[in-house]
Amino acid sequence: MYLDLNRGREFYKKMLLIRRFEERCVELYSHEKIRGFLHLYIGEEAIAVGIMQALGAEDAVLATYREHGHALARGISANKVMAELYGKAEGASRGRGGSMHIFDAKSRFYGGSAIVGANLPLAVGMALSDKMMQRKRVTVCFFGDGAVAEGEFHESINLTALWQLPVLFVCENNLYGMGTALTISHSETNLARKAAAYRVHSQQVDGMDVLKVAQAAEEAVQRIHSAGGPVFLECLSYRFRAHSMYDAELYREKAEVEEWKTKDPLVLLQKRLETMGLWEETNAQGLEDEVSQIVNEAVDFAEKGTLEPIEDLMKFVYTPKEKQ
Amino acid sequence: MSENISYREALRMAIREAMLEDERVFLMGEDVGHYGGAYAVSMGLLKEFGAQRIIDTPLCESAFTGAGIGAALNGMRPIVEIMTANFSLLALDQIINNAASLLHMSGGQFNVPLVIRMASGGGKQLGAQHSHSFEGWFAHIPGLKILTPATVQDAYDMLHLALADPDPVLIFENALLYNSKGALETQKKALPIGKAFQHRSGKDLSIFTYGISLFKALEAAETLSAEGIDAEVIDLRSLRPLDDEAIMASVAKTHRVLIVDEGWRSGSISAEIMARINEQAFFELDAPMRRVCTEEVPLPYSQHLEQAAIPQSEKIVDMARTLME
Repeated sequence: MYLDLNRGREFYKKMLLIRRFEERCVELYSHEKIRGFLHLYIGEEAIAVGIMQALGAEDAVLATYREHGHALARGISANKVMAELYGKAEGASRGRGGSMHIFDAKSRFYGGSAIVGANLPLAVGMALSDKMMQRKRVTVCFFGDGAVAEGEFHESINLTALWQLPVLFVCENNLYGMGTALTISHSETNLARKAAAYRVHSQQVDGMDVLKVAQAAEEAVQRIHSAGGPVFLECLSYRFRAHSMYDAELYREKAEVEEWKTKDPLVLLQKRLETMGLWEETNAQGLEDEVSQIVNEAVDFAEKGTLEPIEDLMKFVYTPKEKQ
Repeated sequence: MSENISYREALRMAIREAMLEDERVFLMGEDVGHYGGAYAVSMGLLKEFGAQRIIDTPLCESAFTGAGIGAALNGMRPIVEIMTANFSLLALDQIINNAASLLHMSGGQFNVPLVIRMASGGGKQLGAQHSHSFEGWFAHIPGLKILTPATVQDAYDMLHLALADPDPVLIFENALLYNSKGALETQKKALPIGKAFQHRSGKDLSIFTYGISLFKALEAAETLSAEGIDAEVIDLRSLRPLDDEAIMASVAKTHRVLIVDEGWRSGSISAEIMARINEQAFFELDAPMRRVCTEEVPLPYSQHLEQAAIPQSEKIVDMARTLME
């Protein structure tokens, strides 16, 4: 993929927003503004940013419980995401979902699923209906290496291949399912090969390099539109932070984390821009300032947000009569 | 127009009508197409509607149920057939973690207009993995609606009602009812979801039941009538929502309660109904409430054992006599 200044700035800013947004989340967590589980995407930003830029407004996205990055990259406002983490009524899911369940009908963002693998069957059905109604859309489904061990992965990928459905599977392989390493979870650690066994067009991608992800995503979307069937991208990546705020990281070596940090997607992109002589013009400080303002505003928005009245507790269990 | 047709034909008629009326409706499940449905409900529909809308799936309950949810989210009106209620346990994740929860988790943004039909109940000597009754268990879950059609009319009406509903509806079809025949009025306005129906009026005791046990209760009521005991028989029709109003009105009339439930008794829908009567109509009761449930055993194959395990009209009669003492 051709890198120019505009694209470089765009990708850098989007990844930086996720990074700074989540760094602020950690602070807010320690101040008990955010509670529950908080799974950070830091280190994996290149995947969400690279994939989302290949999508149109009509395409649908299904994400995991580590989805702040997906939500932001899909264009859901930082305000709505932060307010959701605060449990406020102004949040993306009105405070009913929290960090793991961000939803947004407007951008066709169908969560935030916290049952590993459970969003894959939904992707099958969404793509099936697009095919039945002859709508030219792609359903993108994100999941981790852990999900590939679930039966729902195998059932779903079989159906999409069998029925030639327009699904882009994005496996974010960060080498650990919570605290259990890939090597002690999978008999075949090249996960793209598993997808290929179902006759799905599959490839491994450097998930730390936003340009490579973006290029693979664009090719995948084109392929889905022209050939009709699914594509599987295994994005090789790493999460720099703990699994959640409760994780003491006993299962991996500090040196390993440090080694991966040298492949930081922000640093990688910076190096590319430097090589091309575009880094100065990128004006990273300007982008830092812009991002910092967005994050500050989001915190402010969330702070000022309102709590849903307890009288409304029972809302959204069934569709209200007036909407039927 | 009234016709005397089978429960199976009534279901098929309803599915067919719905598919003709609405291009968003389709049927998906194991053996629904080429085989014609494990219980022959969808026989002939593949030929009429084609493989795009009568979809044979591989054996993957979780994926095809979840696919139904995904299709519902994306504007369709899918009917998912799960061959037997026991197999629905393979799709529990999708039914509970997704179908029942998405509307709430999304703050009201994404409803799931999905219909799941499954065959349920014992009495066919199919052993412990094809005979169980989980409808009361599913009725525990907020976000789901649980229907248990007993009559041919309800088999037809409830499929239409479920498809018109914006939220996930599970229909439990007792497998022994597929061959049963009854009158069907297709032009009549259906009794809504959540309304019980009184099949027999009585003054001495109320029998609350659903599904195939309705017919056992009606048979028992006839026997009791000969003994001078006048039983009211109410078909609950829907286990979630339950028709508290109809239940309490009947309790206020007869003051004695017998519940017949093909589920196991511990943590059952019969226990829930007793609890609600206790909360809402305790002072109307003239005697402790009674129930006839399935014995707490995985259903055995051998006919005499299986029949001894599930509710029978004789057991209902005996329990009613005890209640009247």
